[in-house]
Amino acid sequence: MIGTIADLKIGEKAFIEKLCLDNIPLKLLEMGCLPGKEVKLIQKAPMQDPLYIKVNGSYLAIRKETAEKITVVLAK
Amino acid sequence: MSNDEVIKVALIGNPNTGKTSLFNQLTGLKQKVGNYPGITVEKKQGICRLDSSVKAEITDLPGTYSINPTSMDETIVLDTLLNESGDSFPDVVVVIVDIENIKRNLLLFTQIKDLQIPSILVINMIDQMKRKGISINIQQLEEKLHTKIVLASARKKIGIEQLKLAILNYKKLDHKPIGQISNRIDKEYFSNLKDAFKEFSIYKSWLLITQNIEFDFLNERQKKLVSKFRKDVDCIKRYQHKETILRYQIINDTLKENFNVDKSKATDLRGILDRVLTHKFFGYVIFALILLFIFQGIFDWASYPMDLIDRTFANLSLWVKSVLPAGVFTSLIAEGVIPGIGGVVIFIPQIAILFTFISVLEETGYMSRVVFLMDKIMRRFGMSGKSVIPLISGTACAIPAIMASRNISNWKERLITILVIPFTTCSARLPVYAILISLIIPDKRVFGFLNLQGLTMMALYLLGFTAAILSAILLHNVLKIKSKSLFLIEMPSFKIPSLKNIFYEVVEKTKAFVFGAGKIILAISIVLWFLASNGPSSFKKAEETVSAQIENSNLSKKALQKKVASYKLENSYIGYMGKTIEPIIKPMGYDWKIGIALISSFAAREVFVGALATIYNVESDDENVGTIKERMAAEINPETGEKRFNFPTGISLLLFYAFAMQCIGTLAIVKRETNSWKWPILQLVGMGVLAYVSSVIAFNILS
Repeated sequence: MIGTIADLKIGEKAFIEKLCLDNIPLKLLEMGCLPGKEVKLIQKAPMQDPLYIKVNGSYLAIRKETAEKITVVLAK
Repeated sequence: MSNDEVIKVALIGNPNTGKTSLFNQLTGLKQKVGNYPGITVEKKQGICRLDSSVKAEITDLPGTYSINPTSMDETIVLDTLLNESGDSFPDVVVVIVDIENIKRNLLLFTQIKDLQIPSILVINMIDQMKRKGISINIQQLEEKLHTKIVLASARKKIGIEQLKLAILNYKKLDHKPIGQISNRIDKEYFSNLKDAFKEFSIYKSWLLITQNIEFDFLNERQKKLVSKFRKDVDCIKRYQHKETILRYQIINDTLKENFNVDKSKATDLRGILDRVLTHKFFGYVIFALILLFIFQGIFDWASYPMDLIDRTFANLSLWVKSVLPAGVFTSLIAEGVIPGIGGVVIFIPQIAILFTFISVLEETGYMSRVVFLMDKIMRRFGMSGKSVIPLISGTACAIPAIMASRNISNWKERLITILVIPFTTCSARLPVYAILISLIIPDKRVFGFLNLQGLTMMALYLLGFTAAILSAILLHNVLKIKSKSLFLIEMPSFKIPSLKNIFYEVVEKTKAFVFGAGKIILAISIVLWFLASNGPSSFKKAEETVSAQIENSNLSKKALQKKVASYKLENSYIGYMGKTIEPIIKPMGYDWKIGIALISSFAAREVFVGALATIYNVESDDENVGTIKERMAAEINPETGEKRFNFPTGISLLLFYAFAMQCIGTLAIVKRETNSWKWPILQLVGMGVLAYVSSVIAFNILS
């Protein structure tokens, strides 16, 4: 199943499919959000935004608008 | 001593890697905080003795995830590393990484290494290694990364001596870059770049053209070349992305064989705590309780040392007057300098207590959870989750609060935060509120347990926060600033705070306030003293005039002196200023005496009380000098025959002090932080108009 990080449920894991490089800030890549890496949604803040994720070993919080730009494939 | 060889060391690392702990261990109390030229980002430096003839000058650079900066703090790191003729250009860089986040932390290391500056890698928190099931092959890593590695635990003082030794031997370090990254991105493009800047390393040239920053150290030719290369925006962006992916590949390859984590050993403390602390209900309850506790600290505990400071300085003034011969100099010391310094020192308890709390919350990792919880709410007001900490700090003093907004990378969110912070009820307003409330609000209980005066104080706090939020919404809709920037925070693991780090942080923040804001408050106090103790010709003839007026009355010598003093104040420069603004402040219910207090308040709001004390002190004919409150209560408005500080005037004053931007220290810091006069002037005028209009309306409705 393909979606974005914003579609994940709490506790779900997925793999980053590709990044739309024009919209993705460099910082996100530098923090370890790279294609092929595992993402886990740990917690959603009240009102579903921001999202607390674990990606490539790092624990980060990003806003929903950013999460929506990162396509992922659900881990089986 | 002065013949010592000095090695310049730059300490660099991601946030939450223990960089501050390492800096504190290396330098101890031999630290000084200065500013980088032209900007207000603090420059923390310290001295560390390496052996009998060599010492290291260590610069603690702001924490950063990479040398592609996205905020003011991070720009410093890049600038320091690129400007080879700069004062703080390092002989050797110490890069600190956290063993738990080594993969991500190494990204920064590979970037610095490619600048070909000698670098030492400190792997921190090795005391956690066993518990986390981590094993490393140091020799192999050193070889692959062309560096010297020091294993350390900054908090437990492990590895500090080895690091000193490594710094001492920095000349033996390898200058080799880590990977031939440029060749792997686009050989032709980078060889063109290399030809254009023959004097720089290829990675330095690449950094020069990829950042949207004016580098002052470049010459005209280099500047022209840089702007030529910068035109190809798409290409630069693509290659930056490629570069980052390649760096991670190199890091993964390097770590694969030499760094292992046994996942079965992992504990889930983070998971358990986060489920509670970021819970959609309990998360807020816990945050509210912590806030309540902080306010309790600022207002209750701080009141004891504050009273003590207040009394000490008052006594000191009296003592100076009694010891030194009367004259201009004594007057300057006793009425200008000592109260001026007292006016600064009195804030130290609140500021120290507030920053103790804030640094505990930051050290434990809790602050990131607050940012996470509050971000969506704050965004509705045009701010960010990161605005919460500055707004809380504003309840002690706006100046450190505004400085705390630096880590908000989105310019619009940061600007709005800076602009609304002065509405929060800072501690300088408290003495003003306290005396006015005690004059106009009866000391009664409602519903049996709520004190009316206490409720009024709370209402004023809420009023401040409401004004901040409403003006933020207004600014959010009015300001047309497009600033696209990423909100991304790291959620660090939970840690037990280090007392040493907290202590240094509190000392540093307090010092920054005392020497930053303090200078201005002191300077203005002295100017005010001058304006109050000098005046045009009528001032100089005060004694003759007064004696002539009361020739026939039987006044005691003391009473005569007071009459003269009162006449002098009325005819001093500040008296004239008060009278000049009287027509403007009359609609708010004030006279020229309150006018003097208002003008004096521009140094710091709490001067209001002191200024009135002076005015009524010199005016009272009584031999028994009552407390300031009694004197204010006895003051009569000659036009109406009513009390001067009646309910309408009192409310009008409370509103004025709640809204008006009466703090030159804050204006100065806003100017520095926004690098423009536009924003402090907007604050001054906007808040002034709001204060004036609401005071006039309140006064006229109530009277």
